[in-house]
Amino acid sequence: MGKFSLSRRKFLVAGALVGGGIAVGYGFLRKGEPDNGALTATTEEGEVALNAYVKVNKDGLITVAVPRSEMGQGVYTALAMLVAEEMDADFNDVIVEQAPVADIYANVTALQDALPFSDKHHEGEDTVGAWGMAKLAGFLGVQVTGGSTSVRDAWIPMRQAGAMAKAMLVHAAARTWDVSPEEITVNNGVITHAGSGQSGGFGDFVELAASEAVTLDPVLKNSRDFSLIGTAQPRLDIPSKVDGTAVFGVDVELEGMVHAAVKLSPVIGGTLTSHEAAAVKDMPGVLKVVPFESGVAVIADSFWRAKTAVEALPAVFEPGPAQEYSSGGIMTLLEDNLESDDARIYAEDGDAFGAIRKSQAPVKAIYKAPFLAHACMEPMNCTAKVTETGVEIWMPNQAPTLIKWFAEKIADVPAENVKVHTTLLGGGFGRRADIDLVVMAVTIAKEMKNRPVKLLWTRENDIQHDMYRPAAVSQFEAALGPDGKISGWANRIVSQSVSGSFTARLLPWATMDSPDNTTSEGAADIPYEFTSRLVDHVPVKLPIEVGFWRSVGHSYNGFFTESFMDEMAHTAKADPVEFRLAHLANHPDFANVLKQLAKVSNWTVPLGAGRARGVALHESFSSIVGQVVEITVTNDKEITVDRVYCLIDCGAVVNPDTVKAQMESGIIFGLTAALYGEIEIEDGAVINSNFPDYEMVRLANCPQIEVHLAPSGRMLGGVGEPGTPPIAPALTNAIFAATGERIRELPITKSGFIG
Amino acid sequence: MLRLDINSKIHEVDVEEDTPLLWVLRDTVGLKGTKFGCGIAACGACTVHVDGEAVRSCSYPVSDAVGTKVTTIEGIGGENLNPVQQAWILEQVPQCGYCQSGMIMAVSALLAENPDPSDEDIADSITNICRCGTYPRIKRAIKRAAALQEGN
Repeated sequence: MGKFSLSRRKFLVAGALVGGGIAVGYGFLRKGEPDNGALTATTEEGEVALNAYVKVNKDGLITVAVPRSEMGQGVYTALAMLVAEEMDADFNDVIVEQAPVADIYANVTALQDALPFSDKHHEGEDTVGAWGMAKLAGFLGVQVTGGSTSVRDAWIPMRQAGAMAKAMLVHAAARTWDVSPEEITVNNGVITHAGSGQSGGFGDFVELAASEAVTLDPVLKNSRDFSLIGTAQPRLDIPSKVDGTAVFGVDVELEGMVHAAVKLSPVIGGTLTSHEAAAVKDMPGVLKVVPFESGVAVIADSFWRAKTAVEALPAVFEPGPAQEYSSGGIMTLLEDNLESDDARIYAEDGDAFGAIRKSQAPVKAIYKAPFLAHACMEPMNCTAKVTETGVEIWMPNQAPTLIKWFAEKIADVPAENVKVHTTLLGGGFGRRADIDLVVMAVTIAKEMKNRPVKLLWTRENDIQHDMYRPAAVSQFEAALGPDGKISGWANRIVSQSVSGSFTARLLPWATMDSPDNTTSEGAADIPYEFTSRLVDHVPVKLPIEVGFWRSVGHSYNGFFTESFMDEMAHTAKADPVEFRLAHLANHPDFANVLKQLAKVSNWTVPLGAGRARGVALHESFSSIVGQVVEITVTNDKEITVDRVYCLIDCGAVVNPDTVKAQMESGIIFGLTAALYGEIEIEDGAVINSNFPDYEMVRLANCPQIEVHLAPSGRMLGGVGEPGTPPIAPALTNAIFAATGERIRELPITKSGFIG
Repeated sequence: MLRLDINSKIHEVDVEEDTPLLWVLRDTVGLKGTKFGCGIAACGACTVHVDGEAVRSCSYPVSDAVGTKVTTIEGIGGENLNPVQQAWILEQVPQCGYCQSGMIMAVSALLAENPDPSDEDIADSITNICRCGTYPRIKRAIKRAAALQEGN
């Protein structure tokens, strides 16, 4: 049972003295034993941990422990706001710290969203599958930041933590003043008893709040009573990010630390067969050469010396099976598999092919999307210190539980002697949920025991050894009925399975061959009301590592489905917005987003010559996002993306400015991919190497972006990823509107357009 | 031994002369605010000032910095934040924040030379990469920093 997710909640509060300070922890009562708060170990003198999320000191300073990773998405601030709202705290008195790795912080929502099949959980129902995953999450205690889940997962427990902390403080004040707690009010961090005219701050009562055990079941505020949630708050992490004091993984500095740089097999999955350590052992600062399965490391007294030496180090690799594959061949293989008879059905309603066969003019199209790299601005890194009995890790990561498991496994030490510190992340986008860096860093650090070893990849290591967004091919066949609406929609997708590839890295001995919802997300679950539909996916296995890339399956299925909807609108000689609305009669929340978007973007007002608009509507991670793109195209196919209008319904908004920032971010991330993004593989090796040949949108070609928030009160949605999927189809639909040329393959350079 | 003037402090460093200034700042001097992004002067995360000019320190040999005044993100604000840093907070620019030291250094060098840059001036001179896509806010923040600087 999830610790907070189901109805039989019970909190046990128990006082304890820890390290000179006073700590109080609560947790779910399990097997009759109190699960004391994970925060007690980090409590300082004069500070009280009221529960696993909240510490208060005698000056009234509130520290919120955030169990998710801050990678730019504003999670430190948003989750602190949830706690502060229910505490009725002054948000100026709130600071955050990274929570430790502990079962209590498991991300239940991420596992529920990872259900290998489309059950009604995705529509907000309390299903058996969701319950099972909650049970599993509680059991495994997996702490992960991904799937745009942080606010959704924290929405109840972190508000409960705030309500609990407030109740404890109120009870302590009531005892002090000898009045009923019901007569006490709390406003902006001030506790008041109007009847006796007494008042005080949180700090005045925190010691007493910790002094005895109470059992409580907090009542949460009604959303109409929120005073902090929904208001724009300055991000708590921004001051340290403008003066250079923010500590990312690369900035970790430890006593006796040394630096490692690596040379990796140029061919993905290749292995080191020989190397000449003697060639570099006398180079300045070199301490040790460490060979491992996929490459060789040089450990030196500075990163530059380690890198210089490892580049000079002769090494020979056995390429392995990936050598047989190049981008062109992979695309052909994916296309050939459109004819496979081994597809998995993810959505089926009526007889789609029957309807298509009946049509006089069925429409058929094949779409393609390439491999993509994450290219986080902070290159991959992990610092590890291995001793005879334990291992300690400092790392910008999205999955500290997995990092802990693998550090333990590779260092071969008892679980209780493994410690993981999560730093700020210089970008994540899914890349930092993977475990390859911790495995490599601990493997290297084992050869330099008792000294912290900071492994840092170069940009070339990063681009050439990513866990890539998989290449994908999608075929559509559809027909219009006499009413001008789609009577049959058949969509087959072919790609590698991200979940399969990821699981194989975690459990190499297991073969995961089960359905993978991420392959068809954004295709099987689109809201349009077709008379009949069939959406299936053919999984293809390749020796290319693929991983979670911002919006995962939605990143390509959004492009595929919203482009083909546009093709069908033009086939029906209908306006693209009106055509979509005609298929959304029973989906008012989607229709509302589209109608509001059409209004704010002046959809019906014509643009001048050489200019055009395109539209796309896509739901991902439970948020509905619509985008309209305005472009200018020259006769030489040069494109300027002038403006993007974006409208999002994410249910409820915690920090409006953060939601806007995440939409801007997702749009530019997706635009980079649509304009330029392609990882090219030649004989198993990635030939891109650094930013000049893996280009990015920059300030000069960044469009104006106008974001509108339209929270409707529907189920809570995420914001980190949903801005990405609609931008590519909105762009290519605009190119079609301007030029009549339908782009069915990304990036747009494949069709001769220059962004 | 090379003698460097960094943020108006003298540092004697014992490194190879071709070591990029970036790694001397980060690993030898311990100023971690300047970031490593690409190593080939393509992204701008490592931007610092050498005699007031923006340079990409990952591709700038430390020997070239001898006899100059080097300024890093740690050195531009002093007690109070620089107008660019203030504008960055007012416009809530950073997301992951990793590229922002380099952005702020590039922008402060631009504004020192051109206190009222046009949109075109900005687009031409600020070529740093931000993977989080903070460019719309950076554009606004540059205008705001120019106004703050003017006010000062």
